[in-house]
Amino acid sequence: MVVSVQHYMVVSAILFSLGTIGVLTRRNAIVVFMCIELMLNAVNLTFIALSSHLGNLDGQIFVLLVMTVAAAEAAVGLALMIAFYRNRESIDVEDFNLLKL
Amino acid sequence: MYDNLWLIPFFPLLGFLINGLLGRKIKNEKIIGTIGTLAIFASFIVSCIYFVRLLGDDVKTHETIVASWISMGPLSIDWGFLFDPLSALMILNVTGLSTLIHLYSIGYMHGEDGFARFFAYLNLFTFAMLILVLGNNALVMFVGWEGVGLCSYLLIGYYYEKRSASDAGKKAFVVNRVGDFGFLLGMFALFWGLGQNGVWTINFTEIAANAGALENGGILVTVITLCFFLGATGKSAQIPLYTWLPDAMEGPTPVSALIHAATMVTAGVYMIGRMNGLFAMAPDTMMVIAIVGAATAIFAATIGFAQNDIKRVLAYSTVSQLGYMFLAMGVGAFTAGIFHLLTHAFFKACLFLGSGSVIHGMHHAYHQAHLHHDPQDMRNMGGLRKKMPITFITFFLSTLAICGLPFFSAFFSKDEILWWAFASTRGHWILWLVGTVAAGMTAFYMFRLVFMTFFGEQKTDVRAKDHIPESPLVMTFPLMVLAVLATFGGLIGIPHVIGDLVGHIPNYIQNFLAPVFAQTQSLHQIGAHGAASTEFGTIGVSVGVGLVGIGLAWLMYCKNPQLPARFCASFSRFHRAVYNKWYVDELYDALFVNSTKRLGTMLWNFFDVRIVDGIVNGVARCIRGTGELLRHTQTGYTHSYAMSMVIGVVLIIAICVFQ
Repeated sequence: MVVSVQHYMVVSAILFSLGTIGVLTRRNAIVVFMCIELMLNAVNLTFIALSSHLGNLDGQIFVLLVMTVAAAEAAVGLALMIAFYRNRESIDVEDFNLLKL
Repeated sequence: MYDNLWLIPFFPLLGFLINGLLGRKIKNEKIIGTIGTLAIFASFIVSCIYFVRLLGDDVKTHETIVASWISMGPLSIDWGFLFDPLSALMILNVTGLSTLIHLYSIGYMHGEDGFARFFAYLNLFTFAMLILVLGNNALVMFVGWEGVGLCSYLLIGYYYEKRSASDAGKKAFVVNRVGDFGFLLGMFALFWGLGQNGVWTINFTEIAANAGALENGGILVTVITLCFFLGATGKSAQIPLYTWLPDAMEGPTPVSALIHAATMVTAGVYMIGRMNGLFAMAPDTMMVIAIVGAATAIFAATIGFAQNDIKRVLAYSTVSQLGYMFLAMGVGAFTAGIFHLLTHAFFKACLFLGSGSVIHGMHHAYHQAHLHHDPQDMRNMGGLRKKMPITFITFFLSTLAICGLPFFSAFFSKDEILWWAFASTRGHWILWLVGTVAAGMTAFYMFRLVFMTFFGEQKTDVRAKDHIPESPLVMTFPLMVLAVLATFGGLIGIPHVIGDLVGHIPNYIQNFLAPVFAQTQSLHQIGAHGAASTEFGTIGVSVGVGLVGIGLAWLMYCKNPQLPARFCASFSRFHRAVYNKWYVDELYDALFVNSTKRLGTMLWNFFDVRIVDGIVNGVARCIRGTGELLRHTQTGYTHSYAMSMVIGVVLIIAICVFQ
């Protein structure tokens, strides 16, 4: 079986949807965070597949950029999480409600 | 030659600025008073110099432009001064009297709180009055006109902690606004009317030159002059707008002397004199002016009969004398009107300052005796001529002057007016009759005042009666100067019949003012013609009536002091009406004040509460309601935000894809 660019697209669509559903349904902030990473990587996969398919390196450069940003985001996100845990003794996203009226 | 006219109003302005800005720091009464008085005296000197220069000059009308003010299309208005015999006389009058009254105030206001404030306002007043008098166009005059109104308000309300004083200030201001509205309308109508004929101007000399373009006696010129006259009734306290002047006596007495007797209230007369060419074109307006003047003269005199407050009698007397001036203007006797303005300024300023001296003494006595009686009530005076000899003599001379006894100042000016009322082409014997009767009444109430105050036995409280002092020299000196002027001031205008009798003494003031008035009078054939014997007849009658008035006053208040009480008892209703000023204030309250108040309350309850507040609150309520609806979307759950983001993104992509 030849793995064509369509297969990559389908896989990354599935991964992206899984990530979205995870973000919307899970309550543990770390899991939500991991789901976001999953979405990012689904997009990365699309970039790489299309880059190789079209013979253009731009997509791969984008992937490097996304990975850098994701790393920085992970650092900031985890720091936020720790700070939040220290205040509320929880990392449940339902407890992120101080802005509520 | 006349380029430095601006110096005349400049000095008082400087005095105002110094005393107004630094007065609180200076604190020393002597310095403040000296600055205030010297500022006016300086401008008096300048006025004298220019006056003398004008006397020797062949050209009698001079205009100097200081700066351009408004320049718009065909309209151009300058800050300019007009110097002619009329304004020359007026500035001498204003600065001269103002100097004396400033000097007097140093003594009178001694120890008052706000001494510097008083002098600052008084200087500002003089400045505004000089602008009014010197302005070369109606708008600059209006600036002065409003300025004197403002200072009048400030000075009437000088004792602002006193309810009645601040009320009187407000009343003066509001009543004057009615008149000022007329002045403005007149100015606009005049501007428009002249503009219809191609001349867009409110400059006085140009008005005089182009007035002929308007229809002589036409409706337009009548309306214009009536509007201006409405302005004059407000400022100069004529029927129907005179009610503020008696209340204005709440101000300190020097203020009453300067503003409410000698200068500001004559602004209306001056204004008519300034625009005599225009007024002469409207015989109907002139008739209205003459009738209003005569009616005011006699009406105010009746009220003067029954007042017990020394200053109020003088206030009604002022209203009455202003009526004479308007009578003169109305019958075309412009010179006589201005002449009476001058003599009245002398004797009425002297009378007011004299009454101030009496009040000062009474106040001092009550203060010494720790009593709280009203120092202005004449019923508590009597016999003061021995306690205050200088005040008495000056006051008495001025009273003789106002009664028109022969060879005192008002003898010449008042008889000139009455003669014109009788014999002028615009006059009528009824006007003369009313004026003559009013002259008799003037003599009566003035001598009633003199007898109650200075003659008879002393009715002051025993504890206070020995403490009444004569006023200090700083107060009596102006009195003496004014008394001399009140006695001899009339000699500048000896009528021809008398002048010819004694040798050919010219009528100086008539000759001096001729460049301003003679042209109008010859153009409109205004003049008083009659036999010399008739003129002597009118003079004789008015002197006789004056003597009768004096005699009656002597009979009632000197010889038979019980007579007035009996008289009041038998005509109690009449007396009550006169004592209550014919209930005019109550009438105005019922007609205008209360209805305006009701309208205001109605507008407040309906328009303000319902509509204005309704709109404001409605907008707020609307926004609040929208917020209430929208706040339900703010759940505070991260999931719902994420959900709405996803939905949004899906929607945007869907739109992009399926477009």
